[in-house]
Amino acid sequence: MNILVCVKRVPDPGTKIELTADSRAVDTSKLGFTISPHEECAVEEAVQMIEEHGGEGTVLTLGLPESDAQLRDALAVGMERGILIETDGSDWDPGQTAKAIAAAIEEDQTRHGPFDLLMFGNESADSGGFQVGIRVANALDLPCITGVKSMEMEDGQLVCKREYGDGWEVYKIPLPAVVTVKEGLNLPRHPSLRGTMKAKKKKIEFVQPEKVSAQLVMNRLRHPAETSKEVEILGEGAAAAPKVIELLRKLEVL
Amino acid sequence: MILGIIEHDGVQLDPYGLQMLTFARDLSARLNTSLEAVLIGKSAESSGEQIKNFGISKVHLIQHERLEHYAPEAWAESVIQLLADKKADLAVAAGTERGNELMAHIAAKLDLPLASNCSEISHGDGLEITRLRWGGSLLEETSLRDNVKLLTLALNIVEAQESSANPVDFEAFTPTLEDKDFRVQLSGREENTAEGVTLKTASLVVGGGRGVGSAEGFKVLEELAECLGGVVGGSRVATNNGWRPHTQQVGLTGNRISPKLYIACGISGAIQHLVGCKAAKNILVINVDREAPFFSKADYGVLGDLHEVVPALISEIKKVQ
Ligand SMILES: Cc1cc2nc3c(=O)[nH]c(=O)nc-3n(C[C@H](O)[C@H](O)[C@H](O)COP(=O)(O)OP(=O)(O)OC[C@H]3O[C@@H](n4cnc5c(N)ncnc54)[C@H](O)[C@@H]3O)c2cc1C
Repeated sequence: MNILVCVKRVPDPGTKIELTADSRAVDTSKLGFTISPHEECAVEEAVQMIEEHGGEGTVLTLGLPESDAQLRDALAVGMERGILIETDGSDWDPGQTAKAIAAAIEEDQTRHGPFDLLMFGNESADSGGFQVGIRVANALDLPCITGVKSMEMEDGQLVCKREYGDGWEVYKIPLPAVVTVKEGLNLPRHPSLRGTMKAKKKKIEFVQPEKVSAQLVMNRLRHPAETSKEVEILGEGAAAAPKVIELLRKLEVL
Repeated sequence: MILGIIEHDGVQLDPYGLQMLTFARDLSARLNTSLEAVLIGKSAESSGEQIKNFGISKVHLIQHERLEHYAPEAWAESVIQLLADKKADLAVAAGTERGNELMAHIAAKLDLPLASNCSEISHGDGLEITRLRWGGSLLEETSLRDNVKLLTLALNIVEAQESSANPVDFEAFTPTLEDKDFRVQLSGREENTAEGVTLKTASLVVGGGRGVGSAEGFKVLEELAECLGGVVGGSRVATNNGWRPHTQQVGLTGNRISPKLYIACGISGAIQHLVGCKAAKNILVINVDREAPFFSKADYGVLGDLHEVVPALISEIKKVQ
């Protein structure tokens, strides 16, 4: 089973998102980067499925050349090869992103054979467009299931579940297919030292994409209006307990 | 013309769909155009009755013998045909899982942009749109200029409000669908067996983060939640370490909670966590570090080690209960 997982490098903004002077991007100069949590789970699921059914895992990202750090993270937990679709750091809208990814997948498949399963995060943690996976599925004419929190192979079919209302929806599809997943699908493993060493030797291919024109042009980013709060410190340590009881009574939770 | 696509369960309209109708009604007045609703699936008509209180005069019922169960591509194909037939220039759905999925398929098939999770729309050259990034911690301003504009409305941006009751004209629309449109179709449903209050609906939540230190450490938080009839939640550090299941995660990639009181213990207050609890009416933070960012987003605070504060709280509560 050959699986491709598409991941996005996102900043980890901690407690405040700072913007660049022109308000067109998040100021990431002081920030660390990570793979979005949804996609960390996609990588873990791919590794588990390959452990069970055999095959090879490929991890792909579209981003700056330094996004190879995130690809190495995925290679360190068991993916075999990486594809980096190189950009100059300018904004790529969901349509542009999907077209470049679909083109890279088609090209890769001519050399390495077809993927059985393409995995994405349900939505990116930063821009949250909820559409790149679906657009790639349509471009490649593959079936797509979104928001998946449980998946397994059953009699050659992929059975996926996603939360809906108070319960779960079940979908069954044959492969090849596209699945977009959410955190909670599994508990991602941490890379071992050996895994990290091995990842250094694994191959990452750099791809120069064609950037079609944007459909959804971002003009500006801004912060939502904030209602600032003045915290009332009820006390320190165990001695604060009576004051907290008063509060619980006031709020009628006790 | 604006087409507002609403989810329903055959009996009731989705509450987020009603928020969307309220928003779209205002938008249609500002754009000086009409708003018509779209319901998909067999038993749609009965839930359509509810719609007449939302100032809607026409409802398109998309009906097809195979449209009984949710099938994203068949739904998308149906809406695409309706859009063309009615020459609509804007389609909007609520930014639910299905709403975003459906609109993304439509956008992909028509090669059009989709502005998902919008919060504000104004009229300019085209449409000037504000949409949510980072779960609403950051806003993006963008423009839609295409002839057919596709968007989803972020959840809980407006309250659903009824308006004058109109007589509603229901018009059936039968799309032409192929087998391929049904390659993904809902094949079953499983109900949650767990009973009682859930994190999403609880009126009191006791949350724990890295400061709790271990799975064991959560025992006192559970006890506190139990004393107060609440439930336990956690930060991503708590779930990622396997101390709590992911179903209890509060935040961007977990649950959005809206309790009367959220007691956050040993959680620093990263924006991805705050996204999940900003709808809490009151927040009480228990943290050893007075500089923890959570204090500036909280109503009440206790400075101290949660392993001392929480047991002290429990024994005090037991005294008075
Ligand atoms: C894309 C993305 C999505 C994310 N989604 C989520 C999400 O959905 N939910 C989420 O929670 N996080 C999420 N995160 C992670 C988030 O950025 C933070 O890393 C996380 O919320 C921190 O958890 P924490 O507050 O428990 O830990 P820390 O930030 O380490 O804070 C621990 C706090 O506990 C205090 N403390 C320590 N010991 C004690 C003690 N004995 N008594 C009292 N206080 C003590 C410390 O002073 C500190 O303030 C996401 C991150 C990314 C990049």
